[in-house]
Amino acid sequence: MQKLDSVDAASLRDDIPSFRPGDTVKVHVKVVEGTRSRIQVFQGVVIARANGGVSETFTVRKVSFGVGVERIFPLHTPSIDHIEVVTRGDVRRAKLYYLRNLRGKAAKIKEKR
Amino acid sequence: MTSTTSAASAVTALLGTKLGMTQVWDGAGKLVPVTVVQVGTNVVSAVRTPETDGYSAVQLAFGQIDPRKVTQPVKGHFAKAGLTPRRHVAEVRTADAADFAPGQELTAEVFEAGARVDVIGTTKGKGTAGVMKRHGFSGVGASHGAHRNHRKPGSIGGASTPSRVFRGLRMAGRMGNARKTVHNLTIHSVDAAAGLLLVAGSVPGAKGSLVVVRSAVKGA
Repeated sequence: MQKLDSVDAASLRDDIPSFRPGDTVKVHVKVVEGTRSRIQVFQGVVIARANGGVSETFTVRKVSFGVGVERIFPLHTPSIDHIEVVTRGDVRRAKLYYLRNLRGKAAKIKEKR
Repeated sequence: MTSTTSAASAVTALLGTKLGMTQVWDGAGKLVPVTVVQVGTNVVSAVRTPETDGYSAVQLAFGQIDPRKVTQPVKGHFAKAGLTPRRHVAEVRTADAADFAPGQELTAEVFEAGARVDVIGTTKGKGTAGVMKRHGFSGVGASHGAHRNHRKPGSIGGASTPSRVFRGLRMAGRMGNARKTVHNLTIHSVDAAAGLLLVAGSVPGAKGSLVVVRSAVKGA
């Protein structure tokens, strides 16, 4: 029990599915353009989860047109509409930064069975 | 007992303890770093008026104290206002001191979200610190023949003229543990039920230290 848990409790989301590094997720992000708001999907592999509590973040990596793109999301941010877990990956690391140096088939993650 | 302001205008202020920092999202979905200040319930322990004291101020008291630690004079001072002794006392100069009465209770509700405030606290002590840490000097080169000379100030003045070191020259010494005011912070939100103020940004002092939150005295 930390002193500020009661303050943080208001910001915590309870609709976050459980996922871990290696999983492929679809992050539905709310994008505000002027007055309109729409949902943009960012699909990729979770390569890290960092920090804890209200400040927890996760990093999603995808390769877009041959260019690696990584986005770091605060886990509890209200700008995420929802998160969809596509596949569960079978990995032995908590941080999958080695994927940055791999291309093509080598960068594939085995699916958990 | 410290006087916190010399303002001629009306000032709202509360004493509190800094609980620590965290983050919250505002209405637009932006992340705001906040400092949580527990103000609980402040009480007015005395009111200073120009007629009796020569100036106009409100004396605020805050916090629990072991009754065995309270001396008779302090006990008497609080009894005069019809109060039990409190841990911390501070005077806040304000033009509208006459509107307050001894014994009156003040809660977090005196501030509202979005208000501009100044926060006064005692900074963390750093002990004896060199000039690079204390005054932001650049130090001396890491290489090019520099010998055991990397974090020194360099020259501190002339030699036989003026044959002294000028007063006020910045040198190594005690750093921190000094009263500091941070101006024009914004109150992000007020939790009256828990007696908490969420102030956007950082405030001076360690967790658990006493801070004074008062309405901003300078324009934004």
